[in-house]
Amino acid sequence: MALLTVEHLQVDFRLRQQTLTALYDISFTLSPGERLAIVGESGAGKSLLGYAIVNLLRQPGYISAGAIHFHEQNLTKLGSRQWQQIRGKKIAMIFQDPMVTLNPVLTVGEQMVEAIRAHQKISAQAAKQLAIHKLSQVKISAAEQRFEQYPHELSGGMRQRVVIAIAMLLNPEILIADEPTTALDVTIQAQILHLLKQLCEEQGVALILITHDFGVVSRIAERTLVMYAGRIVERGPTLEIINDPQHPYTQGLLNALPQMALAGQRLNQIPGHMPSLGEHPSGCAFHPRCPYATEKCRWQRPRPIYSGISTVACFAIEELLAETNLEEGDDNHD
Amino acid sequence: MNMFERQPPTAPTRLSHLWGAIKSDKLALLALCIFSFYCLVALLAPFLAPYDIDNPAFMDLINGELPPVWLGGDAAFFLGTDVQGRDILSSILYGTRLSLTIGIGAVLIQLCLGICIGLLSGYLGGKLDAFLMRYADIQLSFSTMMVAIVVLAVFQSMFGGAAYQQLAMLMLILVLGVAEWPIFARMVRAGVLAEKDKEYVDAARILGVSRSRIMFRHILPNTVSPLMVIITIQIANAIVAEAALSFLGLGMPPSQPSLGALIASGFDYIFAGAWWIAVFPSITLVILIFAMNLLGDSLRDHLNPNGGWR
Repeated sequence: MALLTVEHLQVDFRLRQQTLTALYDISFTLSPGERLAIVGESGAGKSLLGYAIVNLLRQPGYISAGAIHFHEQNLTKLGSRQWQQIRGKKIAMIFQDPMVTLNPVLTVGEQMVEAIRAHQKISAQAAKQLAIHKLSQVKISAAEQRFEQYPHELSGGMRQRVVIAIAMLLNPEILIADEPTTALDVTIQAQILHLLKQLCEEQGVALILITHDFGVVSRIAERTLVMYAGRIVERGPTLEIINDPQHPYTQGLLNALPQMALAGQRLNQIPGHMPSLGEHPSGCAFHPRCPYATEKCRWQRPRPIYSGISTVACFAIEELLAETNLEEGDDNHD
Repeated sequence: MNMFERQPPTAPTRLSHLWGAIKSDKLALLALCIFSFYCLVALLAPFLAPYDIDNPAFMDLINGELPPVWLGGDAAFFLGTDVQGRDILSSILYGTRLSLTIGIGAVLIQLCLGICIGLLSGYLGGKLDAFLMRYADIQLSFSTMMVAIVVLAVFQSMFGGAAYQQLAMLMLILVLGVAEWPIFARMVRAGVLAEKDKEYVDAARILGVSRSRIMFRHILPNTVSPLMVIITIQIANAIVAEAALSFLGLGMPPSQPSLGALIASGFDYIFAGAWWIAVFPSITLVILIFAMNLLGDSLRDHLNPNGGWR
């Protein structure tokens, strides 16, 4: 039984002259305790997807079609009261920059106690005990002392630990982490990732990790979705995708990792840039940047097919499969 | 970026920072001292004043129009007496108390209305925001004095002098308070607009914190520092407005004179030679207003992000 099911989700931005579509036909499932990565360049719509799941889209963005099922509830139909029961308690989210996600004028403790008491009727003392317990769970030393401190008195890594502790306060079932390590330096990054993975494993929390960094993905996620220009272009088990990327975009992303370049050579990069909202090309959105693009890619949109390794939306792969007479998988094969 | 860590958007200990800045600014410190002195005097007026001006026993026409001590007056009345023989010093002490009460009371009302309306308007946005802000524009386009004069005059004629005397202070606080909330509302709204898209607000929302708590506990504390400036200036403005209204006979009644009412009652005798009745309350008022404006100015300097006080 899937914990979270996203079905044909579409997110639009209603502007004065026109309506622009930012996410097209996004479908995926998340099982309890599973760790899923959503990968793509900035502008691919991955953060937007995160915000859409917790219904924090900013005007003029809105969910124009599709459904998000969490247990038996359709999240797109909930009122703000019902959302308050879910956000923080069942689904938590952490953001990129811990510098700005903590309120500068409240102490760490005040923010934690407030989060607990927004959902549970417990005494301030008990809330404090719980908060300090959670702080020590994220390996913060001298938790009682940190409890009294303001965010600006903590280091960046420490702050992100506090953010994670706050997200984990009420034992959520899903944790959405939007680029949780991008604002941190590499050594801290590794620690935080390790901590996230460990916490999710220990407490059976399902994780949606939004990132642009395959290095991060490989360490944490079991399954990966690759997004480009508002669509999922490839999905499958993380290891398989990293070892044998199918979609040209995924290949490009992996090739762009500095580890993949040979010494003395220029770093690989995908030519061109992510199309901005409202300028999504016809056909396969990736065709202007794709080394394998054909005339067909320009006018027709590839459907996701199972390649034997992952589910890919690409005509080049389709042809390859047809040539080698591999059986085509059905659309929903994950 | 981590080598040069960005400062958090606002420093949480800004009030103590502010105190540090004021301490090093001699003029601001002087202004603060004067204001504190006035507040102290206002609070302790019943104990400091040589005479109880509410007690008719201290009104004696025989003592009327005595000049200050150094001009040959009675040693019992340091600053002289008015026409009814009331001690000017005592009147000023009580008058300061009334003026400050009205000024601070009016600003408290402005502040409450302004904060609530500004928060709602800024945070909820949309049609409500448009409506509230247009309403604020309309209200600001009427001058406060005009509104106050009309309301108070109507009130006075409707309820008659006796009822008015009892309610004068309350009415002044209400009228001055309600007339100028848009100044605070606009300021708070501007602050809310700057803060509400910051991620800590999203983070609070995602934790399931309720809307009102987000508004009052998360956003409001991040917008207060510019309010400090307006609070001081607005108290000064309210006191001046009250003085002006009293001078016109629409403010405090002569039986409970505020500084403005004292000036008004003494004004008639200036050319008769008894200048001290009007002049001493005027000096008191001017010093108070001057100190408050000075304080407001230096707060503005220290809170201005371009002033570089960090």
